[in-house]
Amino acid sequence: MPSAPATLKVMLRDLQDAFRRGVFADDERDAVALIRRSEITPEQRLSIYRNNTFGSLINVLQAAYPVVCRLVGERFFRFAARGFVAGGPPTAPRLSAYGGGFGDYLAGFEPARSVPYLADVARLEWARQEAYFAADATSIAPVALQAVAPERYAGLRFDLHPSVRLVSSLFPVLSVWRANQPENETVPRVDLRAGGERAMAIRPNVQVELVPLAVGDWTLVSELATGASLEEAAAKASAAEPTFDLQRGLLEHLTRGTFRAFRDADEPQGDKQ
Amino acid sequence: MSLLPEAAGPFAADPIPASAGVGLRHNHVYDFIVDPPDIGWIEIHTENYLTAGGPRLRQLERIRRDYPLSCHGVGLSLGSHDGLDRDHLARIRQMMDRFQPGLVSEHVSWSVTGGVYFNDLLPLPYTEEALRVICRNIEHAQEALGRRMLVENPSSYVSFKQSTMPEWEFMAEIVRRTGCGLLLDVNNIHVSAFNHGFEADPYLDAIPLEAVGEIHVAGHFVHHFDERTILIDDHGAPVDDAVWQLFRGALKRLGPMPTLVEWDTNIPALPVLLAEVRKAQVLLDAVGAGHVKSHVA
Repeated sequence: MPSAPATLKVMLRDLQDAFRRGVFADDERDAVALIRRSEITPEQRLSIYRNNTFGSLINVLQAAYPVVCRLVGERFFRFAARGFVAGGPPTAPRLSAYGGGFGDYLAGFEPARSVPYLADVARLEWARQEAYFAADATSIAPVALQAVAPERYAGLRFDLHPSVRLVSSLFPVLSVWRANQPENETVPRVDLRAGGERAMAIRPNVQVELVPLAVGDWTLVSELATGASLEEAAAKASAAEPTFDLQRGLLEHLTRGTFRAFRDADEPQGDKQ
Repeated sequence: MSLLPEAAGPFAADPIPASAGVGLRHNHVYDFIVDPPDIGWIEIHTENYLTAGGPRLRQLERIRRDYPLSCHGVGLSLGSHDGLDRDHLARIRQMMDRFQPGLVSEHVSWSVTGGVYFNDLLPLPYTEEALRVICRNIEHAQEALGRRMLVENPSSYVSFKQSTMPEWEFMAEIVRRTGCGLLLDVNNIHVSAFNHGFEADPYLDAIPLEAVGEIHVAGHFVHHFDERTILIDDHGAPVDDAVWQLFRGALKRLGPMPTLVEWDTNIPALPVLLAEVRKAQVLLDAVGAGHVKSHVA
């Protein structure tokens, strides 16, 4: 092979940047200039890399968002996903973490405007995906709080199980998700005017569960997640839902495994299991 | 319920036997757990198991009890001018400490530039500068992972004007400078030889065979641009006869080697994949591979 003439001396950094523009930004001039000419043109050769990259990343999104795909059909889904990939390619080589912004993208995606709940369905699916790959942890047992003196309850703070994710929508998003599972050949009707729904994704062990939460319950967990004390969180929950029953809500979450640990106000470092 | 062990798992770093193994794919995981096939070892894509937790890791933990494991990376981007992602290396190290692979491999290619990950293996120009970059990165990776790696010869659809040496020379020089081993992908040699018009057999003679620690065979896709043909390395079909032929040529030179059948797209039912694995095993046996090491069920 002959040595390259000096005029062809392109540094690796420039070559890699030219490929990035050629694959993701439809700006293929510099990349094409680097590729040896033959019967198959540099443009055709570069298109193989573009197709591999986009095709594989769109497949990743399709696997993460099966219900969104079912709602809009595969053709439309791949069209939307292509725009998402072009605007935000992965920044890390871990595909289980790629695609988290797809819900926000769909919220602003003009061609999907006639499906206003689509973005929230995507957010729900991403909550499931994150719960699936979150760290394993043992939840505190429902009896764990029995050791705490009743007068100390108000100051308790809770660490949520690492798989817990919360979703809130103005649409009946959980009902839409359930109605569009693969085993449903025909889609049960969902009344989109039925009002908003809130849900929690959690994976206490192997299976991800989607739990519908009333607004008080949802507020309680949201507040505890930000580090609020039980008293503060319960006050917000009651404000959001006057009939909110703290004792029942707390017991349900303890049973579900929502909490990984709790701390007494006086001992912020000490995890009690 | 007991938790999974944190860092160091209960596994020994079982060596990979010189027999045919199979790439573990998600759709086959259940088959592997309920009825572990009689093969010598398995290989995973490292990046599929870098999650914080979840069922995948537990499944791998279960399957790992029955098979020696090889970790094949697809995201380290050894050819990146920018250098390696330290967080990514640290995650790989943690995963390896837990699952104790017998072999660790990556590619002579790049996938990351300017913080963007292509999810594809892009070719390098074969220049002294690229050589320096990839050798520096391989040394970094071997140090961070605390072990020798194998690097795989690439398949590619472009060659660069500025290349100053043939691919086999580039590969040989990497081995000479870094002391890493080679993962010889005979399908990639076939694909690149066809796409760039070089001979596949002399490639085998030009690389340092003593560094080879594993062989890959795979299927490819024949793509047409009008009347012109190019081979796409999609790992989506049975292994082509010409690739089996090249595999025989490699075994004649090398003797029996850990050999992996890769099938990553259009993934068939496990029995179809295992039939390909048996073909590889027959050829390995013919050069004296002996018996497939039985798994411990």
